[in-house]
Amino acid sequence: MKVLLQLYMAWFKMGLFTFGGGYAMLPMIQREVIEKYHWATEDEIMDYYAIGQCTPGIIAVNTATFVGYYQKGILGGIMATLGVVSPSIIIIGLIASLISNFAELEVVRHALMGINVAVCMLMIQAIANLWKKSIKNIAAFCVFAAALLLSLFTGISTVWLVILAGVLGVLLSKAGWMKHE
Amino acid sequence: MSKLWLLIPEFMKTGLFAVGGGLATIPFLNEMGVKYGWFTTDTLSTMIAVSESTPGPIGINMATYVGYTVAGPAGAVLATLSIVAPSIVVICIIANYFQKFKNARIVQMIFAGLKPAVVAFIGAACLNLFISTLLYTKKGISGGIAEFFNWKCIILLVVLLALKQKFPKVHPIAFIVAAAAAGVVFSF
Repeated sequence: MKVLLQLYMAWFKMGLFTFGGGYAMLPMIQREVIEKYHWATEDEIMDYYAIGQCTPGIIAVNTATFVGYYQKGILGGIMATLGVVSPSIIIIGLIASLISNFAELEVVRHALMGINVAVCMLMIQAIANLWKKSIKNIAAFCVFAAALLLSLFTGISTVWLVILAGVLGVLLSKAGWMKHE
Repeated sequence: MSKLWLLIPEFMKTGLFAVGGGLATIPFLNEMGVKYGWFTTDTLSTMIAVSESTPGPIGINMATYVGYTVAGPAGAVLATLSIVAPSIVVICIIANYFQKFKNARIVQMIFAGLKPAVVAFIGAACLNLFISTLLYTKKGISGGIAEFFNWKCIILLVVLLALKQKFPKVHPIAFIVAAAAAGVVFSF
């Protein structure tokens, strides 16, 4: 019961302070899920992201379900998911009923610009962390570079890029160029 | 069928077939507006703008907003629950199998390839955020190089990075709140 409540509260907090898509949640996940509650390791979060990318649904929700499921089964998955969506329901409900011109308000635009800068800073930190842990050899770097260039400069769906990366992982591991644990 | 109950199959469909995150739901939402006349494309753009500027995953914010527009608070709750229901089922099934097979050699090899790719996806999303936050891309460089950069944001970024180095234990939330305040005070 205690863990279920913790799952709900922790994901509520993460939902409340995430601006942008699922990836922007990473600094918050590193702090809460990995460091504070030890519900998953950095490596596992990467796995969940990869799976969440090519399964239906919103990535943040998929990650929450994964973490919750491994703690407390299906109920854990449901509680974590309800936690991450609750702030949205409350905030959007208030805005939709009270301030329909929310996105055009001066003060909101200024605050959001500031928040975006903070998210940039947090993401630089988060990526630096991931880089140290995930890009350990030339082969991994090549997969990274190929995925980065393809996702920046082509319209190829991330789903296909995930599949391609998985195939490369198998081929490069078999060739002995990439270490799998 | 009333609008409220129609939200359930429509959002379950969106949750089940929109692969790749929040923005992948936009075409489905657009189709809902066209099909039922619940909202116009203009209203949808407003909803997307609000969803991007409020806390929470964009995909969830949009579902909540559309649900609210169509059928009030009950619609907001119902649309949100319906969009997450399919992924809860799918992820619980996958999580169960993943636990069993994650130590298999082939699975380890696949994920050895996926990890660097995920770092790249996060990097790409981040780069887009950098460009839209730190540069004025709309004007182009016609106004001179100095005007191409959003100096206020760049200075704040440097300050925040320095603070983070000095106080690594401070919670990310504190930085977000401080940066929002700085944005308002210095009219970013």
